Amino acid sequence: MKTSFKRSAMLAVASIGAIGILYACATKGATTQSLVSGDAASRVYVAPGSYDEFYTFMSGGYSGQVSVYGLPSGRLLKLIPVFSQFPEDGYGYNEETKPMLQTTYGFLPWDDSHHPELSQTDGVPDGRWLFINANNTPRIARIDLTRFETDEIIQIPNSAGGHASPFTTPNSKYVVSATRFSVPIPNTDVPIDSYKKNFKGTLSFITADQPGKMDIAFQILMPGYNYDLGHAGKGPSDGWFFFTSYNSEQSNTKLEENASQNDKDFVAAVNYKRAEECVTQGKAASRPSDYMHNWIDSTSRIAKSEKKTSVKMIDPQSCPGIVYYLPTPKSPHGVDVDPTGEYIVAGGKLATVIPVHSFTKMQKAIADKAFEKEIDGIPVLKYDAVMAGEVQKPGLGPLHTEFDGKGYAYTSMFISSEVVKWKLGTWEVVDRIPVYYSIGHLMIPGGDSKKPWGKYLVAMNKITKDRYLPTGPEMAQSAQLIDISGDKMKMLLDFPTIGEPHYAQGLPASIIKDKQLKYHKLAENTNPWVTKSENDGGITRTGKRVDIKMIAIRSHFAPDNLEGVQVGDTVYFHVTNIEQDWDILHGFAVLGANTPELILAPGETRTLKWIPKGPGVYPFYCTDFCSALHQEMQGYIRVSPAGSSVKLMANVSKKSQAQIGDAKKGQ
Amino acid sequence: MSKLSRMLLALGSLLLVGVLWAPIWRIHLIAPQYPEGLGMEIRADRVHGREEHDLENINELNHYIGMKRIETEEIPVLRIMPWVIGGLAVFGGVAAFVGRRALAWAWLGTFAVAGIVGLGEFWWWEYDYGHHLDLEHAIIKVPGMTYQPPIIGEKQLLNFTAASWPAIGALLAGSAFLLGAAAIYLARRAPNRQVANAGD
Repeated sequence: MKTSFKRSAMLAVASIGAIGILYACATKGATTQSLVSGDAASRVYVAPGSYDEFYTFMSGGYSGQVSVYGLPSGRLLKLIPVFSQFPEDGYGYNEETKPMLQTTYGFLPWDDSHHPELSQTDGVPDGRWLFINANNTPRIARIDLTRFETDEIIQIPNSAGGHASPFTTPNSKYVVSATRFSVPIPNTDVPIDSYKKNFKGTLSFITADQPGKMDIAFQILMPGYNYDLGHAGKGPSDGWFFFTSYNSEQSNTKLEENASQNDKDFVAAVNYKRAEECVTQGKAASRPSDYMHNWIDSTSRIAKSEKKTSVKMIDPQSCPGIVYYLPTPKSPHGVDVDPTGEYIVAGGKLATVIPVHSFTKMQKAIADKAFEKEIDGIPVLKYDAVMAGEVQKPGLGPLHTEFDGKGYAYTSMFISSEVVKWKLGTWEVVDRIPVYYSIGHLMIPGGDSKKPWGKYLVAMNKITKDRYLPTGPEMAQSAQLIDISGDKMKMLLDFPTIGEPHYAQGLPASIIKDKQLKYHKLAENTNPWVTKSENDGGITRTGKRVDIKMIAIRSHFAPDNLEGVQVGDTVYFHVTNIEQDWDILHGFAVLGANTPELILAPGETRTLKWIPKGPGVYPFYCTDFCSALHQEMQGYIRVSPAGSSVKLMANVSKKSQAQIGDAKKGQ
Repeated sequence: MSKLSRMLLALGSLLLVGVLWAPIWRIHLIAPQYPEGLGMEIRADRVHGREEHDLENINELNHYIGMKRIETEEIPVLRIMPWVIGGLAVFGGVAAFVGRRALAWAWLGTFAVAGIVGLGEFWWWEYDYGHHLDLEHAIIKVPGMTYQPPIIGEKQLLNFTAASWPAIGALLAGSAFLLGAAAIYLARRAPNRQVANAGD
């Protein structure tokens, strides 16, 4: 009895031990430690006072903005407000920038920014502008790269979900936008299950090479699929644009399942030179379509809004040869054109291979009329007639591909959470590296252009989990820097990112760093409320509206004592930073204001609207630590009851001094 | 004087004309917050910033210590300097044309006196701005602290290192002076108007 108990106990201990060993084996996964080679730290170290080699622009995703990082350090350099109000500097709140967020749906405080795209000259990023799309309410913004400021936003009509956007043609003549969601065009009240009959897609080409003059050049009316991503042809394929589409099943519900039925969906190859011809020949119909165009006037720095009312719409049936469908497995996401312009790589996210189309074969197939069928006037080319090759067993969930300019392609694998390097032409996988976790886009500086700077690759991962010190259920997204200069990819660095970066763009810092504006020229400031010197400030009343002109300079506002405002008035503080010195900013905030502060770059005028709620004296102060006497940079505004006899007073200009005199006499 | 001496003298006078269009002295200010520095250049007729807004920014910073604003209109010597330099140039030209040693000596002497007075005036100007501060409105007052930059060299003034060096105009003027001195030295034994005087 005793012995058998002992034996059973030993057996139990032994089996628990065995389970423990098994458990330990089962949980032992690959660690990053083993992936980081010895010199990684020195490769990403940028010494104090030194500069990064590359600028990287990441979309903010659901932050609606753009974030700018340096590579290889991964240091955050700036957040650029684009589609969302930004209380940090008053963008979208102050009177000068509010019109930037105007749409035909009214003022929109937010959007979801997905794909940054650098402007190009001859297919190479040139550092003039960065474009970025708004996904929710389709728009495209232009960011000026001498100021890192949003200068222009155009709304895309007849579209919903501006996802395949704002990819550029090789000289940025156009940027594009395609509907992710097909919708009734024009959008009208129809049953949702009439999708197949009533819902359409559009591909929009927007002129982009003239600042302040973006416009919809034309739209192409497409079958009602989901248009997902795009890239322009280049070199031999210059003049063509490629868009992926999924949901060729045309389902309007449970797309997860219903849009994953067909073995192949399509890459739409668009001959936009042909589209231009059709527009010239009058084959495009003018469709009433309302959309807003907002831009910043360069000298007053005040945003203006104009409503446009019509677009040129091309139906492929009336303009043959404008679009061809290339069958592509399966529910393709990214479509990327290699630096030579010959290969068109699709990321069939449910496909077991990476399909690559050949532009040469595509042209031959068109000439030979190697068509499978036709959909709404769009010929579907035979897969075998256009396919250059398939990368076999690349991994699971291929999404996006970038190129290093040395004959290799790098594809992100969402499901198997890795980057796969493969060779163009032979289609063989040559290397793979795990990334943490579930990569979406990847980016090589210039990696979607004719001239990649193939030194680093950035993986933008969708899931963070345990990569950093935990910060509750909501965590920063995570990017990883990979060295691609050698045969084997090497993991160098993890760094957290803002919002949810989808795509990114990068270019050598030398292209833009010496073009940066240091301050706005006060002499050229044409804001109607500018105050150019200390004595020119003052206060004026027009009915219930009170305008205050004020300067900010180290370390005071002038005027800084204001009286004569009454409850019921609407007060506009027009503050001008009259500094003409690099990085000397001032801020302005007033007690109880319902809008955020103003942040004023040197030479800039901004306006804060304030409706005082009750009588009293309200302090205002500088919010940007500007100088040794920053804490002294303050003032007061007195608010009197409606109908009060307190006269308007501002303690600055001679004119105001006279007013003070009058006011004293009056009392 | 020999033809060579007279040519040297004439060349010296021409260099003086050049001084009218060149910065004569430059003062450079560097601080932790101003790694790129702020610069100011003094010409015969005006003071200006090295970059477009440097002087404005120097004045903006100087208001903290109660220094007077540096403005061309406030510096009377800049109204007469062009005439003094221009006069010296004309004088030198005449001396070269006439070719008499005594006249050359007189020119060199005037030049020396003008140079010494000019540097003295510059020192006084720096002293005046550095010492005569508006203490009633000064924001930063450091007991015993004055803000006179050196004529030549560097000096730490609170967070700023002030460096003052002659600029191209001063080098031109110095060269003009040396050319004049050389002309007189070469002509020390020759009779007056030896060559060019042949027609007389």
